[in-house]
Amino acid sequence: MGFASKSPWVIHYDASSCNGCDIEVLAALCPGYDVERFGIINTGNPKHADIFLVTGSVNEQNKPVLQEIYNQMLEPKVVVACGCCACTGGVFHDCYNVIGGVDQAIPVDVYAPGCAVRPEAIIDAVVEGLGVLEQKAAALKENQKKGA
Amino acid sequence: MDANFLITTIIGTVCFAVLAPVIGCLIDGIDRIVSARMQGRVGPKLLQPYWDVRKLLGKDKVAVSGSEDTYIGLALFFAILAGGIFFSGGNLLLVVFVITLSSLFFIVAAYSTRSPYAEVGAARETLQVMSYEPMVLFMAVAFYQVVGTFDTSGVFLLRHPAICTAWGAFIGLCFVLTIKLRKSPFDISSSHHAHQEIVKGITTEMSGPTLAKVEIMHWCETVLFMGWVGVFFVFSHPISILVAVLVALVIYLFEIWVDNNFARVKWQAMLKWAWIVALVAGGLNVAVLAFI
Repeated sequence: MGFASKSPWVIHYDASSCNGCDIEVLAALCPGYDVERFGIINTGNPKHADIFLVTGSVNEQNKPVLQEIYNQMLEPKVVVACGCCACTGGVFHDCYNVIGGVDQAIPVDVYAPGCAVRPEAIIDAVVEGLGVLEQKAAALKENQKKGA
Repeated sequence: MDANFLITTIIGTVCFAVLAPVIGCLIDGIDRIVSARMQGRVGPKLLQPYWDVRKLLGKDKVAVSGSEDTYIGLALFFAILAGGIFFSGGNLLLVVFVITLSSLFFIVAAYSTRSPYAEVGAARETLQVMSYEPMVLFMAVAFYQVVGTFDTSGVFLLRHPAICTAWGAFIGLCFVLTIKLRKSPFDISSSHHAHQEIVKGITTEMSGPTLAKVEIMHWCETVLFMGWVGVFFVFSHPISILVAVLVALVIYLFEIWVDNNFARVKWQAMLKWAWIVALVAGGLNVAVLAFI
């Protein structure tokens, strides 16, 4: 196991969630679940983050914001869609202003369903994301070697 | 400057460059575990800070400004040099100036990115330097008055540890240590815990390998500052070194306790209190020592 998966720093963005999923994301960081045991830290800075947790569905207003945060994150990076709205648009999927899930704006690696998504499901999704992160880290290392 | 001094400084700096990151990393690991326990959490593993830095070194290299990485490299170099001079028995005043130079390069690195968030952080870091610097200079002066020389190797000739007559300067140093270690209530330049206010302050634009260097620099600084705490307790008796290490550990635990129990203050309060403590604890101590 490489170092990429031993210290996954997350950044959380609320696209247009009802706040249910946001509270569960923060609950995972609180003493009850204490994800810092696995080295997970909540950063407010995309340039420091490895895992992007997005809650809520995407609309035209927040699509560029979402893309901007994604672009500012450094490789290797993983996107986790937290909750039904972030996965597919959820109950808001046929709203006039909703485009759909997070994957309509940026590439998503792991989907964590639920309304609201349970902290256990978020932790599971992040652990699943660690595998992807590890693969991407290995690919980046390979590319850097070729480039050098 | 004789050749002997140069050689001891170089050897000291090389030893410090190898050992300080290891010790600093372990202190940081203990810090995070103790902090977590104080908050009712289990906390990360002891080696978590090491893993963090290794991960950062493996990240993609992206920099907003081409000179940022150079400035951070210089900041790290001067932090190591300051530690090398201090632990090889060199001039304490020089150590104070070199570590300040390191802080200035850190500030310049943040300014070089031209990011508004990093600039706010850099401005706040400048205020932090302004707050703690008088007390640090008082400490160096009090040290000279007690030991009779600025050379830290002078403490081994003392019959009583410096703390006996320079306890005012020691209390002042402990107060500004919270600012120097970037701990709450004085973590205003980088928001150590919340990771939210002004994004990440001074390190907002630093990422990947550059951020890793910043982390290593903090480890070296921590070891150096603990050395400052310990030097007050060292005298001619060899067992005093052990006492100095124990006191440094106790003071660090006290800093963690302070970190976890006090909310961040505004910079005005930090500047005011740091200067009041410097003038009362440090200034009076220096004045009294000058007359006895």
